[in-house]
Amino acid sequence: MGEKILMKGNEVIAEAALRAGCRHYFGYPITPQTEVAHYFAKKMPEYGGTFIQAESEIAAMNMVYGAASAGARVMTSSSSPGISLKQEAISYAACAELPAVIVNIVRAGPGLGGILASQCDYFQSTKGGGHGDYRMVVLAPSSVQELYELVVDAFNIADRYRTLCMIMGDGMLGQMMEGVEFSDQEEIFKADKGWAVTGTGMTRENNMITSIYIDPEILEKHNLKLQAKYREITENETRVETYNCDGADIIVAAYGTVARIIKNVIKTAEKEGIKVGLIRPITLWPFPTATFEKYAEVPKAFLSVEMSAGQMVEDVRLSLNGKSPVHFLGRMGGMIPTQKEILEKIREILK
Amino acid sequence: MAIVFQRPHALKETQMHYCPGCTHGIIHRMVAEVIDELGIEGTTIGVSPVGCAYNNYLYFNCDMVQAPHGRAPAVATGIKRVHPDNTVFTYQGDGDLAAIGTAEIVHAANRGEKITTIFINNAIYGMTSGQMAPTTLIGQVTTTSPFGRKPEIEGYPVNVCEMLATLKGAAFVERVSTHDIKNLNKTKRAIKKAFQVQMAGLGFSIVEVLSTCPTNWGMDPVKSLKWVEEKMIPQYPLGNFRGKDLEV
Amino acid sequence: MAQIDIIFSGFGGQGIQAAGKLIAYAGMLENKHVSFLPSYGPEMRGGTSNCHVIVSDDPIGSPILNSATVVMAMNRPSLDKFEKYLEPGGILLVDSSLVNRRPERKDIRVFEIPATQIASDLGNLAFANIVMLGKLIHETGAVSAEYIEKGLKKVLPERKHYLIPDEMKALKIGMEY
Ligand SMILES: Cc1ncc(C[n+]2csc(CCOP(=O)(O)OP(=O)(O)O)c2C)c(N)n1
Ligand code: SF4
Ligand SMILES: [Mg+2]
Repeated sequence: MGEKILMKGNEVIAEAALRAGCRHYFGYPITPQTEVAHYFAKKMPEYGGTFIQAESEIAAMNMVYGAASAGARVMTSSSSPGISLKQEAISYAACAELPAVIVNIVRAGPGLGGILASQCDYFQSTKGGGHGDYRMVVLAPSSVQELYELVVDAFNIADRYRTLCMIMGDGMLGQMMEGVEFSDQEEIFKADKGWAVTGTGMTRENNMITSIYIDPEILEKHNLKLQAKYREITENETRVETYNCDGADIIVAAYGTVARIIKNVIKTAEKEGIKVGLIRPITLWPFPTATFEKYAEVPKAFLSVEMSAGQMVEDVRLSLNGKSPVHFLGRMGGMIPTQKEILEKIREILK
Repeated sequence: MAIVFQRPHALKETQMHYCPGCTHGIIHRMVAEVIDELGIEGTTIGVSPVGCAYNNYLYFNCDMVQAPHGRAPAVATGIKRVHPDNTVFTYQGDGDLAAIGTAEIVHAANRGEKITTIFINNAIYGMTSGQMAPTTLIGQVTTTSPFGRKPEIEGYPVNVCEMLATLKGAAFVERVSTHDIKNLNKTKRAIKKAFQVQMAGLGFSIVEVLSTCPTNWGMDPVKSLKWVEEKMIPQYPLGNFRGKDLEV
Repeated sequence: MAQIDIIFSGFGGQGIQAAGKLIAYAGMLENKHVSFLPSYGPEMRGGTSNCHVIVSDDPIGSPILNSATVVMAMNRPSLDKFEKYLEPGGILLVDSSLVNRRPERKDIRVFEIPATQIASDLGNLAFANIVMLGKLIHETGAVSAEYIEKGLKKVLPERKHYLIPDEMKALKIGMEY
């Protein structure tokens, strides 16, 4: 580990990508993640890489499609309205099994919405914002340090499984500065990208990247292959943090920056003699269902706290499958749940 | 500035949010004056962009619609086809119109859509803190061209008027500027004519207005106006590109 | 000191973000947990600027503050907006050369420092934030002056390091005010 430095989340995203060997970035400006592009614009020339400000998010994601087809480690970043525009190419890339990293620094929606922190894109990211039966890995860091680590991991996961991998944060995480320590040597998974288009050199059969399978039998077979891959990812890559769960009176489910607020709540509640546990999904897809099953009988109830109208709570309910009551507390529009209201909700549930 | 008028009726009293020295505000005023002079406030429908003018639907007294980034010409098309007798205008920045919205503006113009576009060219993305726009000048430093725009990497400034003037559907195409009173007067005349062309049913009309962004250019307002005159006009020559002699 | 929650606020150009970043950096170098959250987006237009800084002995929960133990208000709108954010017993620092009203609350500790005037006397208006910061660290013990100096070396680009002795002078004046 090197020296600890104070850095903005968005800049850490770009720095982490460079350290992970990403030399191709395509994006389009949008608040609150513009600094990702600013950082790449400044640094990419030093690395001999490519930074392009595309004419739109649609174009940026298709540039990603091209660069990933060509075998590069590639990234794009945006925020909610821009991520919506990327969905077409996301679906195509998922079908063509292209590895790439997509960052969504979520802002409050729907529509043009606002620019403040939100988690309202949970459904879009985890249930497929584009068309078709596809999945992508969704990682939800809750600190700037973890942001760095997960961006590096995201590239590795993407290459290992030939999958799309999304980093989902919010404006708070992107904009805030925290101490971060970079490793001297990140672990980089070296994939054999024999499938990539590089030119045959007249030495091999030609490679083809496609997402069209007109023959239904072949398309079904391709879908089955994708599903098998998603099961493998679920088995190997599900990540979750549990905190204070054993013997908890209530377990809160929260991810990203909201989970940090819960850690404050846990301390305050302890003074009142209430034991609050936290399950923090780090992968939103694959969802840590098994962890919820494991703790299903422990607390009197579960509470999902989100900056949304209630999205992850559906996965919490599915995971618990009726074994425990599940409550919800959410704020929207860029409003952030306060410790105070979360505590009140907990008291009310436990009454 | 010597131009002191009464607030046009088509403009609300709401305080605008633009930075000091930004010419977005004065262009709004001129659009409103034209609406007043033509007596069309009650039949005009405006479309707001995504850019610094994103909430200018709060400033005009006519009906207004806020469109997704770059899509204003398509939204305006929908409105116009429902209400062919109304006057429909879009107000768009250079990122909105010349980057993400290139397809929409080209095809609205090509269809000869009877709408009017007020196109604000300030050579930068103002709203999102100073990124390169398609209209950014060669060598211009922005947050995404930190070493100055280089043609080998980022291509060349896009001259929208010259490009649209090649389309038959574009009836009236003119570029104007805001850097002094004489040019402000020309700007207003051009906006008026563009609306009249639409009202006469002659086709698509667009006025490109060279505008300032002191905040992201890192200049004071006076220097910004000079920069428009000395740096922008050589790249973006003023004048009419189509429809000069149209009788309206 | 367990945790200090600070809101810095003023006009854009008064070095609000710089002051917040500096104390966060200093705290980090002093081995504390820190977070710095700026206001962002179109808010920067209209000229007001604020940031939330937390300096803590323990890992930090939410980086966004619903209330604060310290507010540094460098202009009138900032005082109007953030006086009510203070927890009882909290510390309010006001640049009295620019703010033309007295704080209203009686359950907080108020320090009125003519920071802009002092900075102007020092010959550099840009030091007003440092003067304020001096008073802030003196009253809160959030970080020590020594680490502010170390922080300055980190946040300032090399070509501006010649300013550090003067910045430290301004800091001391604030500390002793
Ligand atoms: C789909 C989408 N992508 C990106 C953005 C972010 N965004 C807001 S305004 C803007 C650019 C505005 O620049 P311009 O059109 O030149 O207008 P100006 O602010 O300069 O007047 C961008 C990229 C968005 N709101 N929606
Ligand atoms: S950022 Fe630029 S374009 Fe936007 S309001 Fe300010 S000066 Fe005008
Ligand atoms: Mg612009």
